[in-house]
Amino acid sequence: MARAVTPRTKALTTILAWAIGLLIFFPIFWTILTSFKTEAQAINDPPLFFSFDWTFENYAVVQERSNYSRVLWNSIIVAGGSTLLGILIAIPAAWSMAFVPGRRTKDILLWMLSTKMLPAVGVLYPIYLLFIELGLLDTRIGLVIVLTLINLPIIIWMLYTYFREIPGEILEAARMDGAALRAEILYVLTPMAVPGIASTLLLNVILAWNEAFWTLNLTAAGAQTLTGFIASYSSPEGLFYAKLSAASTMAIAPILILGWFSQKQLVRGLTFGAVK
Amino acid sequence: MGHIALNQVTKRFGEVTVIPPLDLEIEDGAFVVFVGPSGCGKSTLLRLIAGLEDVSDGRIEIDGHDATATPPAKRGLAMVFQSYALYPHMSVRRNIAFPLRMAGVGRAERDKRVEQAAAVLNLTDYLDRRPGQLSGGQRQRVAIGRAIVREPAAFLFDEPLSNLDAALRVGMRLEISELHARLKTTMIYVTHDQVEAMTMADKIVVLRAGHIEQVGSPLELYRAPRNTFVAGFIGSPRMNLLSGAEAAKHDAQTIGVRPEHIAVSTGDGLWQGRVGVSEHLGSDTFFHVQVDGIAEPLTVRAGGEVAMHHGDRIFLSPDPQRIHRFDKAGLRLT
Repeated sequence: MARAVTPRTKALTTILAWAIGLLIFFPIFWTILTSFKTEAQAINDPPLFFSFDWTFENYAVVQERSNYSRVLWNSIIVAGGSTLLGILIAIPAAWSMAFVPGRRTKDILLWMLSTKMLPAVGVLYPIYLLFIELGLLDTRIGLVIVLTLINLPIIIWMLYTYFREIPGEILEAARMDGAALRAEILYVLTPMAVPGIASTLLLNVILAWNEAFWTLNLTAAGAQTLTGFIASYSSPEGLFYAKLSAASTMAIAPILILGWFSQKQLVRGLTFGAVK
Repeated sequence: MGHIALNQVTKRFGEVTVIPPLDLEIEDGAFVVFVGPSGCGKSTLLRLIAGLEDVSDGRIEIDGHDATATPPAKRGLAMVFQSYALYPHMSVRRNIAFPLRMAGVGRAERDKRVEQAAAVLNLTDYLDRRPGQLSGGQRQRVAIGRAIVREPAAFLFDEPLSNLDAALRVGMRLEISELHARLKTTMIYVTHDQVEAMTMADKIVVLRAGHIEQVGSPLELYRAPRNTFVAGFIGSPRMNLLSGAEAAKHDAQTIGVRPEHIAVSTGDGLWQGRVGVSEHLGSDTFFHVQVDGIAEPLTVRAGGEVAMHHGDRIFLSPDPQRIHRFDKAGLRLT
């Protein structure tokens, strides 16, 4: 029997949900608001809500001082490249784990995920040295490789969950119909898993876009991404709140827009397989 | 061509032997039905022939060539699955065309053959729909269409009708039989339903626990079951199997007599008993009778108009020519 929901409970939970939503959104909102203030107004006490002189000056300064478009391009390449490379490795990996599991498949999956629990700083030194040795320091290709490896466990896990939902008989039917392994994955499995693959792609783009530890530590000026761009405005001295806010807004805007338009896919992706 | 031979084929899953060494020969053009209770290994055997499972030991030959290690895609066999296993993201047309596309058949030829198959299976009006928009029977026809376009050496059917309702099942049974009559291609059909086995097969293979209990035509199995298992499995309602004193009178451990080979009378007969449940089918009536001196309740078939009721005393006489005798091991005595 469905649980009865009174109009009062419904109103209360709606208000609560909105309150929590606004609370979470507030820092982003405040950042965007601050980006339109002057530096003096930005630190005004009491804080100014809407009664200030709106200005685009911060955006102009930020663009002028650091090359936003180049940094944005770096972010796009690193996030897009690592996602693409990751998915190319993850599809066959998830295929084999979902459809021809061995005795140790579950262990491998868990082991892969456990690498995500390792503090990144623990492997910073060896990776840094490797990067110097291989000439990958401050290169986009270096970041693409490292972010692919960092996010691969999550991509494989998500795809594995999706693939498990696809009836094995359909793949067997493809085999009986004369499809070799490549054709089976290309024409049958992948199109059937498109929603899953799409949300995995999205999530991974967002994770790679927001990744700060490796992008800050392995780049200088050349391959700097938007996270580095924001960080360069956070300074213990001087008055940079408004500019920092403008830089942050410019950094998060693309991913915010992407996330807004794909939230349905994302939510489906994150809860897929939770219930039949 | 579709001659399939299994030589000492064995299948083990880890320590468990599902199919002990098994020999079987399937002639070109035959309609062979694997039948048995669930878990008897009939589906596994079919999947071994398909190549979807690896053989642990032994040899599978298709048209004289060793196909034991050939991947399923290269065996030239087509399979129809219980769940239909259609490609949900493709239209009916593309589903049926898929094997041709995999075989590298050109577009014009592909279209022609899809249209032909669709015409045979009454699917012409549905070619541009997705499987999700079709009924169960139509989906099954698409699955069959996908199998026939590629003109395989043999068709493999894995319980293809068990997801359909009863009326549709009878219709599809006929369609598959007609298809076989027209194509004359080898068909191997797995089912747990002995009615399907009896009505469709040229040759029935009765399986139990991976063993072949008997191979023969439907009537051979009906007339001369090799053991009590086959006797009980083939025929509906099942054969009455009696042991004890009644069997001893015939020098056997067990005797069997089919419900349709027992005459019912209100006047006299060999056995006397009391009517239990009656099942009126219209054309026939099945009486469950508790006979005096026999432990097992008997099932008896009578005409549809025979009026007997719960508790009535009746007389039964088995046809002496049609009493099957079995020894201690359950094997047929001649």
